[in-house]
Amino acid sequence: MDVSQLQRSWVEFLTALFNEGFLDSQFNQLLQLQDESNPNFVAEVVTDFFHDSERLLNELTGVLDQQIVDFKKVDSHVHQLKGSSASIGVERVKNMCIAFKAFCEESNREGCLRCLHQVKQEYFLVKDKLQTLFMLEQQIVAAGGSPPLM
Amino acid sequence: MENPSRTEPFPVGLRVLVVDDDPTWLKILEKMLRKCSYDVTTCGLATVALSLLRERREKFDIVISDVNMPDMDGFKLLEQVGLEMDLPVIMMSVDGETSRVMKGVQHGACDYLLKPIRMKELRNIWQHVYRKKIHEVREIEGHDISEDMLQFRNCSEDFDDRQSSGGADLSSVRKRKDLDTSDQEVNDSAAVKKARVVWSVDLHQKFVNAVNQIGFDKVGPKKILDLMNVRGLTRENVASHLQKYRLYLSRLQKQHEGKNCGANMQSDFSPKAPQANFGLQNSTPVNQANTAGGYVPVGIHPTVPITQKFQAQNRTPVHVDNEKSTVALHIKDQKEAARPDISNSRKLNSTPLGGVLSFKSTATNVEYKPVEPSTSKHQNLTGGIPISQFMQYPKHDHEPYSLLEDYSHLPLSSQLHQTQREPTFTDYKSHNNKTIMPVTCTIDSVSVQVERGIVNPQEVNRSGSWLPPIREPSMKTDTDLISLPQDMPLCSLQNISCFENVGLNSMDIFQYDDSMSLTEFQSNWYEGLEFNTDYLYEPLEYPIIDDCLFA
Repeated sequence: MDVSQLQRSWVEFLTALFNEGFLDSQFNQLLQLQDESNPNFVAEVVTDFFHDSERLLNELTGVLDQQIVDFKKVDSHVHQLKGSSASIGVERVKNMCIAFKAFCEESNREGCLRCLHQVKQEYFLVKDKLQTLFMLEQQIVAAGGSPPLM
Repeated sequence: MENPSRTEPFPVGLRVLVVDDDPTWLKILEKMLRKCSYDVTTCGLATVALSLLRERREKFDIVISDVNMPDMDGFKLLEQVGLEMDLPVIMMSVDGETSRVMKGVQHGACDYLLKPIRMKELRNIWQHVYRKKIHEVREIEGHDISEDMLQFRNCSEDFDDRQSSGGADLSSVRKRKDLDTSDQEVNDSAAVKKARVVWSVDLHQKFVNAVNQIGFDKVGPKKILDLMNVRGLTRENVASHLQKYRLYLSRLQKQHEGKNCGANMQSDFSPKAPQANFGLQNSTPVNQANTAGGYVPVGIHPTVPITQKFQAQNRTPVHVDNEKSTVALHIKDQKEAARPDISNSRKLNSTPLGGVLSFKSTATNVEYKPVEPSTSKHQNLTGGIPISQFMQYPKHDHEPYSLLEDYSHLPLSSQLHQTQREPTFTDYKSHNNKTIMPVTCTIDSVSVQVERGIVNPQEVNRSGSWLPPIREPSMKTDTDLISLPQDMPLCSLQNISCFENVGLNSMDIFQYDDSMSLTEFQSNWYEGLEFNTDYLYEPLEYPIIDDCLFA
């Protein structure tokens, strides 16, 4: 595949992510922040997000596993997850967090567990998509090009 | 504040400290701020940020902090930074609940940004630093009415610049020159005159010791100053810090009370506090404030500003009519220590025992003269102290109680409704709406309420004695009347009236309660501010500038 073809599929893939609601305009902001001085900016930030989210998801699993659930703690973790998913614009994860918080306020353990499961699903789905996007990007770079400006 | 080695003009190189426990955000904000040509330091822990600031306070111009952090509440950090370093702090959160934002503003945040934060929001943060500089000049040079006017004007200039050109290149050459000069002045005066006092931990501790030694209910700036015995420290410095300290303690107390009785910040803004609500309830009877006996929601308002406002009122007779009106107010004291100075210098009866400041009719009787729509009235307006006081910022206080902390006093004003709700119902249509007069404006808003069927005529009628006897029947139709509040100049004038008659003023604003949504109200408020400076204060201000800044 030549560069322009790779670039085209990159754009198509990214557009689909926006259209399917995986990403929102915040992700566009990130793309715009990326420049020559820091060509891997988006990938770096998203990797940070992966680390942070997985830590939070693990902690949430742990807290909700307890006999007596500390909902304040759950709320705090979900709040953080909501904040960081807003930072890179992974909208579906962010929206799940809002529902999650509502159950948390009700101290509804069942609801929280259900939400945790769904948040995890959304998270891993979008993680997979973003990794595909970065792989495409690497292919473009390897072919001597750079991802087109959105 | 200034970095001498920097060659590019302000705000390039603005030194920003970002505090957020979220590494992703930290990275994004750092990148964004660098793109704005700011000098960025990031910090993942509030406690680390605080020690960083304590170590080298002069290394930063502004702090941006997240609200939710595991090691320390962002509000706590905000308060500490405000108290110790006196730096502008911007709060940010993914959570935009009004009560949270309100809390941030109460704790002294100069701005509250909602995540996800965009570049364009960060590009403008230099304004907070710039504004602070302007105020520091004011503090250093002493502090009187004319200066407040100037301050007011400068703020608006700042505002203009932002609007017209983003602060980069100014369309008006004259303004450019003014700004440069004033910038220069900032540096010069800071360096040559008095160095700004940095309240280090040690100095603050000395201060606290002095306060404790004297006893909290007997403290005065002079006594503290004598006890502290620090060279170079002035009574004003101490007074200013004392003011902040009192507010700080009262906040702490309120938080404490909040925890104890379950009346926390949030509940203050719940619909259960009708007077404090910006007209969220459309059908609130107008005189409710009256019947509630000056209800003050616990934990919202620093007491001091109120006092200040009424002092201002005393000093500024507003001429509208020969008749007199009485403002009777009861304001809950926050169990703060008695302020001994108040009774000395002001004609206020303060009863610290009951925690009630009551403003007797003698103090608040306001004489009104017939108003005339002439330009000379503008002079009158500019002479009005309250305008400046409305624009005062927390750090700007030479007298112990001349501080208008934040803007959090605003909701309080709603309790004053009774006065301004009193225009005679039958009079309202007899006034010429084109008279550019505060009173006219008041009438406008009243009439709006009437249009909406909210005002109970009897209530309105009760004691509308202060209305001017302007007998220019204008055959305004109902639609004319109802359209007025949407009319921007008139709305602004309404707000000006607010500035003029302190007593009436804030009430005028809050008169919108019933007829406007909160957002409408706010937008009018700001429009009013802009309009104010540009339009009304121009004539008097230039001379003041010459006197004070460019002498």
